[in-house]
Amino acid sequence: MSQTQTAVRLVMPIAPSAPDVRDPKSMPKQKAVIRNVDFFYDRFQALKNINLPLHDKRVTAFIGPSGCGKSTLLRILNRIYELYPGQRATGEVLVDGENILAPGLDLNLLRARIGMVFQRPTPFPMSIHDNIAFGIRLYERLPRSELDDRVESALRRAALWDEVKDKLRQSGLGLSGGQQQRLCIARAVAVQPEILLLDEPASALDPLSTQRIEELIAELKADYTIAIVTHNMQQAARSSDYTAFMYLGELIEFDETERIFTHPKEKHTEDYITGRFG
Amino acid sequence: MNIYTRRRIANSVVMTLSVAATAFGLLWLVLVLWTLLENGVAAITPALFSQMTPPPGSAGGLLNAIFGSVVMTLIATLIGTPTGILAGTFLAEYSRGSRFGEVVRFINDILLSAPSIIVGLFVYEIVVVPMGHFSAWAGAVALAIIVIPVVVRTTEDMLNLVPNALREAASALGSPKWKVIVMVSYRAAIQGMVTGIMLAVARIAGETAPLLFTALNNQFWSTDLNAPMANLPVVIFQFAMSPYADWQTLAWGGALLITLTVLFLNIGARALASWSTFKQ
Repeated sequence: MSQTQTAVRLVMPIAPSAPDVRDPKSMPKQKAVIRNVDFFYDRFQALKNINLPLHDKRVTAFIGPSGCGKSTLLRILNRIYELYPGQRATGEVLVDGENILAPGLDLNLLRARIGMVFQRPTPFPMSIHDNIAFGIRLYERLPRSELDDRVESALRRAALWDEVKDKLRQSGLGLSGGQQQRLCIARAVAVQPEILLLDEPASALDPLSTQRIEELIAELKADYTIAIVTHNMQQAARSSDYTAFMYLGELIEFDETERIFTHPKEKHTEDYITGRFG
Repeated sequence: MNIYTRRRIANSVVMTLSVAATAFGLLWLVLVLWTLLENGVAAITPALFSQMTPPPGSAGGLLNAIFGSVVMTLIATLIGTPTGILAGTFLAEYSRGSRFGEVVRFINDILLSAPSIIVGLFVYEIVVVPMGHFSAWAGAVALAIIVIPVVVRTTEDMLNLVPNALREAASALGSPKWKVIVMVSYRAAIQGMVTGIMLAVARIAGETAPLLFTALNNQFWSTDLNAPMANLPVVIFQFAMSPYADWQTLAWGGALLITLTVLFLNIGARALASWSTFKQ
């Protein structure tokens, strides 16, 4: 027990008396609602009846042991899984009331609205400038000066501008891992999506770069609804407002991050966040 | 004898055999190149590049044959490269996991290893016979058929090396598939793809069999693609078989010329593979 509490204390200071009554009006609006979602890799069912909201301009973290389906869930939200035959999702994901799992939806337009950053940095084999401009050019035809402004502001948002402003014409592959990942965040932000999906964005990075990414997430949530998958419990605790704990394809518990990490309702959740398994 | 000693002995034996096998292979290559140089260097004169193939007993060069080889190789590359790249793109980007893709890949592999004389006979049947005569077009088509499977294979292999994460990242920005392929996959694979094309060109530069049945040969300067055209491999074949010393010398010169061209194409391909503006 004392071990549990120490672990929790390391994660975050426990609020002396967390208010138990939550006023529904103070709850932010729901940007997206995941409803009865099942997911299949061919015959294998990877997600079972997931129900979950993503609150507007808040960070929602998906945590759970490897193979629990948290990345799978994230990949449903922009339907990137459809690149691969044999993967399918059923149920509904309502974004501003519109079911994005509906057949016939234009996937390219959907993905322009819902940006994604991956576990490993994925700079394109082109210049830093063109990496950012790539996404902008897909949907907007801007005069050169305006495009440059957009590139600059995206790089500034991702806290990368000062490091790269003198080498915008150089390859994005020449940057360090942490810089590359911020480049990818800048690229995602540049197309001005409504929702930002982050799939373990810091897991391949050193602690300093991780810290910068987390600071960035804190800044970005002013404008974006963010969903983040993470293996790192402290990261979930530090940077998210809501946390969903998943296990074996099921959503075990979803609540405000503070409550998940201090008073989880489920024994399973408590065991996981205190490091008893996982 | 303890286990360590035994392993050291086994190691030396394997290494000796490996080195010997390498030396054995290299020996023949060096001998071939040396013979070629010894006999061919004398023939590399300005006349080789400025005069036509001569009748036996008089002076001449290989200009018409060089021109013919360059033209037919160029046309074959222009036909074969886009076809090969598009087909390779289909295999790597569009047909993943599909039965049809597997069949195409299998057939392409067969075509890749088909003897080139078969290609020559095939083009003879479908181009030369209907036209009623040999022509440079037929030669170019035969060479193109040899280029295609090589380019298909290298394009597909190189595109398969592009990590899926890159495709996902581009798609996740809302990019349509063709743009992902052109802007991201091709860019990431371009060096390997160009290397493949250069190797294909090197391969057809020295092909004789498919040209024997298609372009045949021409004693004279000709730029008419509808007529038979001289080309280095067939001229070498004809001159080397002849009893005339000056023809034989020209054949040596032509052989050296082709070898050097292929050598430089290969070096170029390698240089291109290791050089990149996008490397750190």
